[in-house]
Amino acid sequence: MAAKKMFGAADASILVTDLRRSFDDGVTRGYEWRVTQLQKLLIICDNHEPEIVAALRDDLGKPELESSVYEVSLLRNSIKLALKQLKNWMAPEKAKTSLTTFPASAEIVSEPFGVVLVISAWNYPFLLSIDPVIGAISAGNAVVLKPSELAPASSALLAKLMEQYLDSSAVRVVEGAVTETTALLEQKWDKIFYTGSSKIGRVIMAAAAKHLTPVVLELGGKSPVVVDSDTDLKVTVRRIIAGKWGCNNGQACISPDYILTTKEYAPKVIDAMKKELETFYGKNPMESKDMSRIVNSTHFDRLSKMLDEKEVSDKIVYGGEKDRENLKIAPTILLDVPLDSLIMSEEIFGPLLPILTLNNLEESFDVIRSRPKPLAAYLFTHNKKLKERFAATVSAGGIVVNDIAVHLALHTLPFGGVGESGMGAYHGKFSFDAFSHKKAVLYRSLFGDSAVRYPPYSRGKLRLLKALVDSNIFDIFKVLLGLS
Amino acid sequence: MEGMKETVEESLREMRETFASGRTRSLKWRKAQIGAIYEMVKDNEDKICSALFQDLGKHSTEAFRDELGVVLRSATVAINSLDKWAVPKHSNLPLLFYPAKGKVISEPYGTVLVLSSWNFPISLSLDPLIGAIAAGNTVLLKSSELSPNASAFLAKTIPAYLDTKAIKVIEGGPDVATILLQHQWDKIFFTGSPKIGRIIMAAAAQHLTPVTLELGGKCPTIVDHHTISKNIKSVVKRIAGGKWGSCSGQACISVDYVLIEKSYASSLIDMLKPTIKSFFGENPKESGCLSKIATKQHVQRLSRLLNDPRVQASIVHGGSIDEEKLYVEPTILLDPPLDSEIMNEEIFGPILPIITVRDIQESIGIIKTKPKPLAIYAFTNDENLKTRILSETSSGSVTFNDVMIQYMCDALPFGGVGESGIGRYHGKYSFDCFSHEKAIMEGSLGMDLDARYPPWNNFKLTFIRLAFREAYFKLILLMLGLKR
Repeated sequence: MAAKKMFGAADASILVTDLRRSFDDGVTRGYEWRVTQLQKLLIICDNHEPEIVAALRDDLGKPELESSVYEVSLLRNSIKLALKQLKNWMAPEKAKTSLTTFPASAEIVSEPFGVVLVISAWNYPFLLSIDPVIGAISAGNAVVLKPSELAPASSALLAKLMEQYLDSSAVRVVEGAVTETTALLEQKWDKIFYTGSSKIGRVIMAAAAKHLTPVVLELGGKSPVVVDSDTDLKVTVRRIIAGKWGCNNGQACISPDYILTTKEYAPKVIDAMKKELETFYGKNPMESKDMSRIVNSTHFDRLSKMLDEKEVSDKIVYGGEKDRENLKIAPTILLDVPLDSLIMSEEIFGPLLPILTLNNLEESFDVIRSRPKPLAAYLFTHNKKLKERFAATVSAGGIVVNDIAVHLALHTLPFGGVGESGMGAYHGKFSFDAFSHKKAVLYRSLFGDSAVRYPPYSRGKLRLLKALVDSNIFDIFKVLLGLS
Repeated sequence: MEGMKETVEESLREMRETFASGRTRSLKWRKAQIGAIYEMVKDNEDKICSALFQDLGKHSTEAFRDELGVVLRSATVAINSLDKWAVPKHSNLPLLFYPAKGKVISEPYGTVLVLSSWNFPISLSLDPLIGAIAAGNTVLLKSSELSPNASAFLAKTIPAYLDTKAIKVIEGGPDVATILLQHQWDKIFFTGSPKIGRIIMAAAAQHLTPVTLELGGKCPTIVDHHTISKNIKSVVKRIAGGKWGSCSGQACISVDYVLIEKSYASSLIDMLKPTIKSFFGENPKESGCLSKIATKQHVQRLSRLLNDPRVQASIVHGGSIDEEKLYVEPTILLDPPLDSEIMNEEIFGPILPIITVRDIQESIGIIKTKPKPLAIYAFTNDENLKTRILSETSSGSVTFNDVMIQYMCDALPFGGVGESGIGRYHGKYSFDCFSHEKAIMEGSLGMDLDARYPPWNNFKLTFIRLAFREAYFKLILLMLGLKR
């Protein structure tokens, strides 16, 4: 096998030129091409699931069920939805015209941006690579995918499968790290879709600004979970556990990051969590095969540092065991760590769950609002008024009441952030829209011109114009009939 | 500048405090503010027209048609539609998630910055302002220093009509803009040139601030003489109006250049000349109906474009310049070289190049060599040509058989693509432009499925697989133990 060549600026330029030629030639515009590519993606999901599961186990120690469900099944559904709806999505949308533009008809046409770049993340390397690519292809773009180098087996498999199945004149994978990404970002793209950290999100947007390239940034944040005492505690706790440790061991953008509850209720929450954690993962969670490991030693050390910080390490109420060699940290619960600790200052992205207690639950709103806007905010309660207030006043990418994370499986809801957690959204038709330029088209008739439009200007014309704006029916007739 | 920095920071602090208080969330407040904008314009028509006349020599009819009328209408539409726009959109969720509910609510971003332009200083300030307020934001407006009288009017009058703790105006040029851009905003709306658009976006990237950039480009006008010869008079009038009838060609959607078959060029010119005369009389400088050029620097720029000897040689009408009076004569060029400066930057002035082609189909190729414009205009009744234009070119919008009027159609999104911009507004799009679409999902604590939780086993895997495929019958079989 030939040694991997370094992918530099020249390669990136040639790549974009090639893809632009394909796009200009119309390769990606037709319905048939888009459908064929989507069908090929479906074949990848159907025929290569064991390899995908194996790659994810290599890269992340991801349990088969998580790989199968949260990556492959979600993708399969996403592809099927696109196949089913594509004709609808591609159809122009009629727009209403008004008296000022009469006679006319108007529509909005969805048009691909052109050649787009998708930069993916390491925690759900298949899902976060292919799901945006589905959107890009559905919308008729040529697309370059750069998977994350921190999940190398997945990256290699993606490159191999996509080259094998998809039309490489318009769809390519570039593997690599900072050098390759930098080379890619110097090029002019018609759209960039990035999933990752807020820090790199800034770099991406700054690079995009040079070319006025629109971006979708799917970032992260500290997604809070507010737990009201008026809830079904067992279900609440099970869902939190499944949403945290059951989704890549807390390494997910919408992972429940920390819990907010009352001083009174916290002990009950902790007890319930301990009990359910044992049910799920046994007495020795470090031995459980049902959780992903920590992705690499850099992240292990990062999480370790959070746990070891003074005034944090003594707040551990459950777990805390670490095994650097096997990149494992036990499900760990902490109680009332300082608000300015490391663990409360950055997105945890790991199996540590701080619980912060308040005198009353209302205070949780202020705590959340004093922090950067997260990708998700969760609330568990039966209290209708609390639900309404939460949904109305807590700003986050998305709000989920009485569950965790499931909203990302719902194609009818836009999935995206706000503020530090990102900009733009996707999933379902929102993916198609994210990769489309909505072109306004107005069809006017050459009949019925009105002198009021043209110089020389006069008071009379002004009166007519005002009437038009005020929709004075009598004066309008005069205007429409071309009298002045 | 220190004083300015403090002013900005104090303004930001106050606006953020106001936003946090929740006052701007009330639809009643928003409608009242927008109503106040309406009143402000109505009460001060004469003052506004006078300011526009002083800044740009704009005739009051033009001022009303392009600025006051636009704002009045925009305010009316917003007030009448706001209740509808603010209604949450309910989403259908798959049966599997029953009885979960999903919806999307539009939430204000928070404190937004509107940077306006000098050519339509009233409408390009107040129209985005209406959108920002309709969506429930607090807003800081920076008007352009190049239209000082309009800017002064806004700075003085807005505080007299609107809630000064929520809506603020700042005057100034690039130095003020620089200070503003150093701070964090929740959204930035900019109207201006692509060059400055890049600077704005790069600054926004530092804070992950989403942007809408309404930029410009060379809006081509295709004249397919074959199919519209019967209505050529209307066509010529519309083109002339689209070049000289609105701020003397200094509009982002002005007709920039015309494309026509060689054999018809001279008859077009022969019809344009008397049309210009009918608009502006023998001496356009004295007509009072032709707007001035913004500043001496802008006149010098246009002068430079014309000074190219090859361009000089192509002048078939006009060409005279009076820098003192900020006057450039309505000028027609016939086939200036395609590589001349005037054919490679947005003209933004009263000079009309006519580019001839052998076959009108070639005009598409020429358009594609240039950056994507804000608008493409085409006078044709040839359905094939229309289809080719729509599918082979890209632009913010396409208008058939008219010019500029797409601006008035508020069911159509107004915005660019590529070099001509990012994002869109007008009508409901203005409301959406300044809103974060927040997904809200509510699950039920009642129905809990064991299969959602570890420890994993084959049964749970099969269950979840079937659930994802929405294979409900097979699911039931599985649960009844009748499926392996």
